[in-house]
Order: sequence, then structure tokens, then C-alpha cells
Amino acid sequence: MALTPEKAAIRFGEGLSPDRPLPGSIEAVLGQLTEPDLSAEAHEIPPFDALLPALGKVEAARKAYRKARGSDREQRLNDAFKTLRRDQLRARMRDHQQFLARSLTTEAPFRERLTRFWGDHFTVAPRVPLLAFTTPNYLEGAVRPHVAGRFADMLKAVVTHPSMLIYLDQVSSFGPNSKAARGRRGLNENLARELIELHTLGVGGAYSQADVRQLAELLTGLTVGLPDGFAFRPARAEPGGEQVLGRLYGGGAASLEDIFAVLEDLAAHPDTGTHLARKLAVHFCSDVPNEGMVAAMARAYRDGDGQLVPVYAAMLEHPFAWDSFGQKVKQPIDFITSALRAIALPPRSLAKLNRREVQSYLTGPLAAMGQPLFKPLGPDGWPETAEAWITPQGLAARLQWAMAVPSAFFRSLPDPRGFVDTSLGNLADERVRFAAQAAETRREGVGLVLASPGFQRR
Amino acid sequence: MDRRGFIAGLGCSLAASPLLTPVSFAATAGEKRLVVIILRGGMDGMDVLRPTGDPLLTRYRPRLAAERGLELDGFYTLHPALSGLLPLWRAGDLAFAPAVSTPYRDKRSHFDGQDLLEAGTGMDVSLPRDGWLNRLLQVMPDAQSETAFAVGREEMRLLAGPAPTSSWSPDGRLDMSPQARLLLQEVYHDDPLFQEAGAEAVVIADSLGLSSDDSFALSKSEMRDAIKRNAQAGDADVLARFAAARLKESARIAAFSLAGWDTHRGQRAGLGRALEKLQGAILTLKSELGPHWAQTAVVAMTEFGRTARENGSQGTDHGTGGALLLAGGAVRGGRVFGDWPGLEEAALYARRDLMPVADVRSYPAWLMRGLFSIEQTALELSVFPGLRLSRDPGVLL
Repeated sequence: MALTPEKAAIRFGEGLSPDRPLPGSIEAVLGQLTEPDLSAEAHEIPPFDALLPALGKVEAARKAYRKARGSDREQRLNDAFKTLRRDQLRARMRDHQQFLARSLTTEAPFRERLTRFWGDHFTVAPRVPLLAFTTPNYLEGAVRPHVAGRFADMLKAVVTHPSMLIYLDQVSSFGPNSKAARGRRGLNENLARELIELHTLGVGGAYSQADVRQLAELLTGLTVGLPDGFAFRPARAEPGGEQVLGRLYGGGAASLEDIFAVLEDLAAHPDTGTHLARKLAVHFCSDVPNEGMVAAMARAYRDGDGQLVPVYAAMLEHPFAWDSFGQKVKQPIDFITSALRAIALPPRSLAKLNRREVQSYLTGPLAAMGQPLFKPLGPDGWPETAEAWITPQGLAARLQWAMAVPSAFFRSLPDPRGFVDTSLGNLADERVRFAAQAAETRREGVGLVLASPGFQRR
Repeated sequence: MDRRGFIAGLGCSLAASPLLTPVSFAATAGEKRLVVIILRGGMDGMDVLRPTGDPLLTRYRPRLAAERGLELDGFYTLHPALSGLLPLWRAGDLAFAPAVSTPYRDKRSHFDGQDLLEAGTGMDVSLPRDGWLNRLLQVMPDAQSETAFAVGREEMRLLAGPAPTSSWSPDGRLDMSPQARLLLQEVYHDDPLFQEAGAEAVVIADSLGLSSDDSFALSKSEMRDAIKRNAQAGDADVLARFAAARLKESARIAAFSLAGWDTHRGQRAGLGRALEKLQGAILTLKSELGPHWAQTAVVAMTEFGRTARENGSQGTDHGTGGALLLAGGAVRGGRVFGDWPGLEEAALYARRDLMPVADVRSYPAWLMRGLFSIEQTALELSVFPGLRLSRDPGVLL
């Protein structure tokens, strides 16, 4: 078997749509990554750094209010703080809608898929109220610009990002012998461990606890402050050099360059190439990927100096990318975006939703399906296996969404017989065709197509 | 109560609670009951069961050990957040084992550690896809797994594996006509994964009445309430009540997990919150099970312990030896099982973690031996391959 436009759009995109072109070749899939990012322009999300002035104001207002407690200015300052915070949260909720809207109409859906994939690889979740709902902004600044670039550049952007530094406790790690520790504070290994175990070499990689410890010492100094966001504070850095995976870093004055050097080396490590190749293959192709495909992708990573597009190319060029079609199940967010794309929901309908509707139609159901939007369970991100998602509870929520939500958007849904073709093309099987034409109402017919294994698998 | 009533009785909170973990059940003959609680995140055993009698403790943990614990036996003190369990300790219904671990070493990954704890198979992460409770059922000829109840999104491997599912009862509140239900069966006919989950999914969707034509009934306030409830210690009580209700009927084994143990910083507050949940779950099990408590053993265990020394942010990092908790009327409690390895640097594992003195799997193994009369060879060969059971510590009355 080889590429067909339907398979390419479903596996490596956001699914079929009545009015968007399908990629007819591997070049057409990869080409989506070299064209200007029109979908980001059409649905703008400010990168995290652009939020810093506003976040600084919210924080300052909060402090002013707290200081004024008990005084006659308390009420006024509290109101001022609450207004700023409410405006901030509203803007961030709009970013969530924009994030989803991109998937509905984009002609470069592979970029959306990759942004979610790498966002999951570098999972963060807000751990302080000030950063609530800022994950799309994190992705916009640190992940999306690099999905078609070098992995090492993404790694550096993520590891120096306030969202990650807070999420994995780097902000509370001090070199035990540093000036800022004052003999009272010390190391926190969390980021260093996940950086090796999850982000680069993988848990099967060739490293030891000593490497984690040394890397944790090397990372000291990375922290966060307002109004600048990311900060490197030499006073927090552990003096002396550190040996990570056999190479010595630092030793002189503490510097960010030493940290970037270790990140470059971690990115270039052969175990990293294999780890990333396998993760991509598992995400896009199969819970049990073909070893030849993984090896080819790892080779492309190594030979391409850590460039990611050659790795994607190696995946798409391997026959397994097409032979294994149907082995993956769409994650809830992909299920919902591809369903909305298939029923051709205009992005303005999405933008018009009020908070209650967003909750009822999108975020509530996503949570019920097991994937609350941008609220991962842990730093290892979402599970990949089909069995993890198609549980009785997860499928119940998908079924209910399929039966109820599309009809909430449209007074009149498409004819189910035609909808089989728009949503599945020539991949529709006889059973789903039969169900679509035998259903008593459009709502149920469309719901059955969306609930079918053919629509939920890729 | 039948299982439909059961789901419905839990109401919307279950469906609307993405953070709620699944509870797995198995039915078997007899009156003995086993509850397994997996503590996800790596519980700091040394802060729960504190070896106050070891002079090195305060040197390793100047801040954490400064807080006064509750006296247990002259050597160990108990974390103050578990004060509600002291009556159980005095009544002989509560016991601990310090310095236990799976055979997992060195990389200290939560994810591998939990997989191994639930798979129960020793070091080979890649080997098993089923869990040890599932293998237990295979060596108990009369046992039946009742619906591995996948509510929520955390995979519970303990009971994962081939398990019979319940039957489809197509009536109720899911907004699907009888014809659409039949068509759904048709659409799922050739896909075993969807077919198997689909039957149960329709029952759940029906019972919870979540959908209607124009309003997806997960309303904002319901959702908010559910999330709020989850954020409080209360969710552990809900799980325990759910488990107890099933254990009062045909279920004899229940398994669920509690998260929140990964205390890299600010451990005093974080661990306190997690322990309140655990305490709430145990006390709820006791009160809900009533007379059955006397026949019940609860085991709470975690993927690994944490560093012997506190870290630089008033927390602890991933370690090796951790503690295990036993509770229940069937338990020979009021004591600490196993030896204390000591905290001298040379006695530590890799000079950083508490040295494990026993395989954590040996405790559930002895419980299953005593409660369900499982042969020792079956435990060592099938349920926990690679486990060597030596001397019976006498964990049961």
C-alpha cells in the first residue's frame, strides 16, 4: 500500500473536509511546513513573552491589594486587581478558541498536529494562578516556531521558558554552594531528570543517577522573574564544573552558554534520535511501530544534524506509514477538531461561543473523554495506546458528543449519506455506509459516522 | 444493588470527574476482602513512618524532621496528618513496613516504577501487558473480574487484561433511537476494541443521562462542582465509598489509586494533603464496610520512596526504599513489619536512598496467600514472577 490523499489527510493532518484540498504526495505533506504559517496569522495567539507586561500588571495589582488589606483602599484595589485578572483570563480563553479554530480550516494541518505532538513531548501545566490558561502562549513562542526546525533549538526554547521552569520546579533549585542558597537552600532534581528521561535520551537511554544529579547542578541559575520572564541568575548557580554523560561543562564563571552546550549535546546524543523517532512513529503510525521505520527516522535525525523535517520525511517515505493505516485512534482533541472540520464548522461559529457553550460543547466533553484541554496528568503527557482512550467511559463521552454537539451548531446537518464521503472518502466501509443511510434522522446519521471506528481510527 | 443502579447512584460526579481514577473489582467466593491502593508519585515513606529513633534522621532532614510526629512504638513516629488513624493502630488494625521497594532500581522514573508495581513482574518493563491482580484471577478458578470499571483517564493495570464485560442493556437516557443503537452495533461489528467498549459505553452514557438534542448536559456548574469536589480531599472518600459498596456485594477485591505524592518542594503541606486523602479513604472503607471490616485487608503502596536527605526546596527527590501501609480488621496490626536498614551513608542505597530490605510485592503476596489460600508457588511463578517468598511475616490474624 502507498499514500492516498485520504490517508495522508487523516493520518498526518486534521482529517477530511468538504472544501479543503487533500495532500496528494509526500512532498505536499512536507510542503505544508515550508510555507508561511497562514493559520497562525488568521487565528493569532500572542506568544508568552508578549503577555509579560500584562501579567506584570496583574501581579502588581495583586500585591498592591494585599498590602492595602485592612485599609480604606482595600476594596478599590481589590476591584482593580479582579478586573485586570478577569480581562486576562478572558483573553486567554479566546486564545484557546483560536488554538482549536486553526485546525478547522488550515491548509497546513500537519503543522497543527506537530505543534500538539511536540507540545505533548514538552508537557507543561500552569502551577501558579498567574499563568492559568497560558499553555497556548507557551506553545506559540517555544514550540510552534521550531516544529520544522532543529530539535536542539526547540529544546533550548523550552528549557529556558518560564512555563517549563515553573512546571518542573527549576525555579526552586539552587546550587547548594551558591551565594543565593546561603547554606539553606539547595538542588531540586525534577527538571534535570525529566529533561533526560522524557525530553531527550528517554528512560531506556544510557545515563545514570549521577548524570541527573550533575545536570541538576548545571541547570542551577535558570529561573523566572517579572517583568522579564526568563532569567539566568549566576548567584544561584552551583560553583565549579559538572560532568554530564562523560563531558565536563562549566568550571569558570556561571553562564547560560554552558547550559546551552549540554542541551546541544543531549539533543545530539544517539539515544535521543532513537527516542524521538520512536515517539513520532508511535504517535503517528502505530502503538507498536515498525523497527525499520524507527531506525530510518533515527538515521535521518543523526545525518540531518538534528533537523526535524528529514525525520518526518523518513517516516512518510517508509511503507509502514501507509501499511499501518487505522492502527491509531484519534485522541479526544483530534477527534473533536477533525469532526468539526468534517462538518465544516466556520471558525467564526467557534469564535462566537460564549464561555458556557465552550464548556458544554468543547472543554467539558474533552474532559469527559479523558483529555481535559491543556490539563495533562503528568510531565509524560497523554497516553498513546488505543486501549487507553477507547474505554467504556471515554467512548461513552465520544458517543454522546457525536450524537448531541454537531446538531447544536447547525439547524440542519448535512445528509448523512453525503457526509460519509466528505468525512471518510473512499475509506468508508459498507457497514458505516449502511448505517448512514438507514439512520432515521440526520442527527443520528451524522452521529453514527462520527462514532464509527472508521472515523475514530487513523 | 445492580450495576446499572450502581453507576446511576454515583450520579454525574463520576462522569464529570476527569480526574477521578478507575476502580477495578473482582468477585470470588468467601468473605475475605482485599483493597489495593496505589499511591502514585512516590510517597516519602520516611516522612510517613518516621524513624525518629535513628539519630541521623534530624541530620538528613533538619526541616522535615523538626515537626513532631505521633508516638507509635518508641522508635517510629507517625506523620501528624494521619492522627485519625491512631485509634486503628491501637486497635491492632494498622501496620507498616518500612524500606520496601519493587525490584526497580536506579532510573527512578515514576512511569516505569508504577508500571512495574502494577504489573508486578520484576525488572522487565516491556514484558507484561496485564496486571498482577488479573493474573491472580487466573489462578483462582472461581474468580471473576467484574467490569474493569474504566471511569476516568488513568490506566489501572492491576486488573488490566482479558476480562469479561457485562451485557448491553439498550434502554434509558442516551439520546439514541432503538434503531440507531442497532446501527451502532452494526458499525462496531468488525472492530473488537470498539465493540467491546461500545456495549459498556452505551450503558454508561444512558445511566448518566449526559446528552440531549440541543444541550450537552455537562453544565458548567456541574462541571465546576465536580472539579471542586475532586480538588478537595473528598474525592478519595468517593472512591472508597464506591469500592465499599461493591465489596459489600459480590466484589472481594478492589483496586484504585490516589495521586499527589510527588513532593519535590514544600513537602510539609503537599504530603499532608495527600495523607489526608489516604486517611479519609481508609476511614471511609472502615465505616462503610461495617462488620465486613473484620474480614478486610487494605494495602497501600507506592512506586518508590524518596531521597533520605531533604532537598533544597523543602521537599525530597525520587529515591528507592519506601514504606507500605496495611490496614483492616484482618490485619495483625499495631506493629511495624520488617527491619530498619539504618541511615549511615554506607547503609544507604547509592549513598542517597533508603536501602530496601524487602520486596514490596511480598506483602500483597502474603495477603493473597492468607485471604484467598493461593498456593505459594502460584504466587511466585504466576502472580509475581521472580518473587521469592521466604519467611511469613504474619501480616494477617
